[in-house]
Amino acid sequence: MKKFEYTEKKDTRSGFGDGLYELGKKNPDVVALCADLTGSLKMNAFANEFPERFIQSGIAEANMMGAAAGMTIGGKIPFAGTFAGFATGRVYDQIRQSIAYSNKNVKICASHAGITLGEDGATHQIMEDIGLMKMLPNMTVINPCDYNQTKAATKAIADYMGPVYLRFGRPAIPVFTPADQKFEIGKAVQLTEGSDLTIFATGHLVWESILACQVLEKKGISVELINIHTIKPLDKNAVLQSVAKTKAVVTAEEHMMNGGLGDSIAQLLALENPTPVEMVAVDDTFGESGTPAQLMEKYGVDSKSVVAAAERVLKRK
Amino acid sequence: MSNADSGKLKEIAFNIRKEVLKSLHQAQSGHLGGSLGLADIFTVLYFHFLNHKPKNPSWPERDRLILSIGHVVPVQYASLALAGYFPKEELYTLRKLGSRLQGHPGKSHGLPGIELSSGSLGQGLSIAVGMAIAAKADKKAHRIVSIHGDGELQEGSIWEAAMSASHYKLDNIIAIVDRNHKQIDGDTKSVMQIEPLTDKWKAFGWNVLMCDGNSIEDIIITLQNADKCKDKPSVVIAETKMSKGIKEIEDNHQWHGKVPGDDEIEKFIHALTK
Repeated sequence: MKKFEYTEKKDTRSGFGDGLYELGKKNPDVVALCADLTGSLKMNAFANEFPERFIQSGIAEANMMGAAAGMTIGGKIPFAGTFAGFATGRVYDQIRQSIAYSNKNVKICASHAGITLGEDGATHQIMEDIGLMKMLPNMTVINPCDYNQTKAATKAIADYMGPVYLRFGRPAIPVFTPADQKFEIGKAVQLTEGSDLTIFATGHLVWESILACQVLEKKGISVELINIHTIKPLDKNAVLQSVAKTKAVVTAEEHMMNGGLGDSIAQLLALENPTPVEMVAVDDTFGESGTPAQLMEKYGVDSKSVVAAAERVLKRK
Repeated sequence: MSNADSGKLKEIAFNIRKEVLKSLHQAQSGHLGGSLGLADIFTVLYFHFLNHKPKNPSWPERDRLILSIGHVVPVQYASLALAGYFPKEELYTLRKLGSRLQGHPGKSHGLPGIELSSGSLGQGLSIAVGMAIAAKADKKAHRIVSIHGDGELQEGSIWEAAMSASHYKLDNIIAIVDRNHKQIDGDTKSVMQIEPLTDKWKAFGWNVLMCDGNSIEDIIITLQNADKCKDKPSVVIAETKMSKGIKEIEDNHQWHGKVPGDDEIEKFIHALTK
């Protein structure tokens, strides 16, 4: 199996902040809004360098989303940032009507997504956000896997015309994708080639799946690992081609089973090529306080859970 | 303004009301009361106050009109058609399958003159704030006028937007509140008291103006005064009568979401006075 190495760990939110700062230097139409979480979202560099293009919105997310939609009329490209829970559930109606239905070029930038937010507990650990966003017509949903990919995605979505939900997280995790990668929206990235099963992973679960592949390899199981950084539009061809070969699927994500990546893949396979699927995701429960590692283990969204799911699905083949 | 000009605008308001009645009658659903009550304000906006080009709806220098209360869009549709944005006949496709005239305005349906979708209340002032910030950043002189209901002010997001508009000194915004004292369940004062309204807006840092929203002359003077205010956003609290123009149903909240039947349409059109 291909080796994946890393020299440092970084948070994906820093990838967003650094990407936004580079965009600011390059593209004068890029503006940023934040609801009193500038430091948490790593938007300080942009805010300090381009104060005239940074709009502090205060603790008023509904107004921030509406103002972002308004700024697009005339050509601005607003990046509106806050925690994932406040960027989706709190302002769903604003996003639905003023951004998605109006098809406005707003980039919704959601940090601290999922259970790895950790100690703050369930109020802040949103695991429904991918589902909420992918249900909306016109909305693109992206969940990159590490610092480099988040930075590349942040820059790429500025060149795409239309609403985007960009999801990233809080903890420092291995940086293993290339710094110079070209990010293609809607294009899956194959990480390993294999023949026994395919793992489709997104976000923080991509690294966990790499760890799982190493364990599975020692057990003589050949895994094809595919990073689905864009959950919508789903790269259907990549999914169907791999599944035609391996005929067994594990999906892995830091999200509810309802509404997440697993549910998109299962829907596609049910319609096109019914195949055994096991899902690594949170099973219809809220989280709690704890360290990210503790919570990933307890809620079944870590490398061990991926290994177990792989063994289960092989028995169903 | 001369009496002749004022007379011309009153004639337009009459025609807008007539088209509102006709389009809602054919649709057999929609919101008559608020649409009629706003006809004078829309007349002044589209035929006197706003800089716009009906044949070039995306003209970058245009003044922006945001209808935050999407349910009264029949009055905007009628105004747009009479101003020349699209043929008048299209008004009679309102609420029909495939029409560009959606029940509540839908930006993606491609009707010229619609800046964005609305209907879910409490969002338009935020849109105006975004537009106004962008205009100031680009040193553009166009103005942003947003139209709100009085009941809509019960939405908390309005006050988020109000706070940010004064914080950013958005004097390029004029918000107009259609103060007809009515909402679906009855009088605003019994459903949810919004008074003291002037004090609320002042406390949020706004320039507050009052006007008779069914007087063409008063609307014009008030908008001109709002336009002169610097460093603060302006709000015009426009006292209107729901269903204004048809005495029989004026001020009756039951006509918020009602339309004229076959036995009423001719009578209502006849009742309209110029």
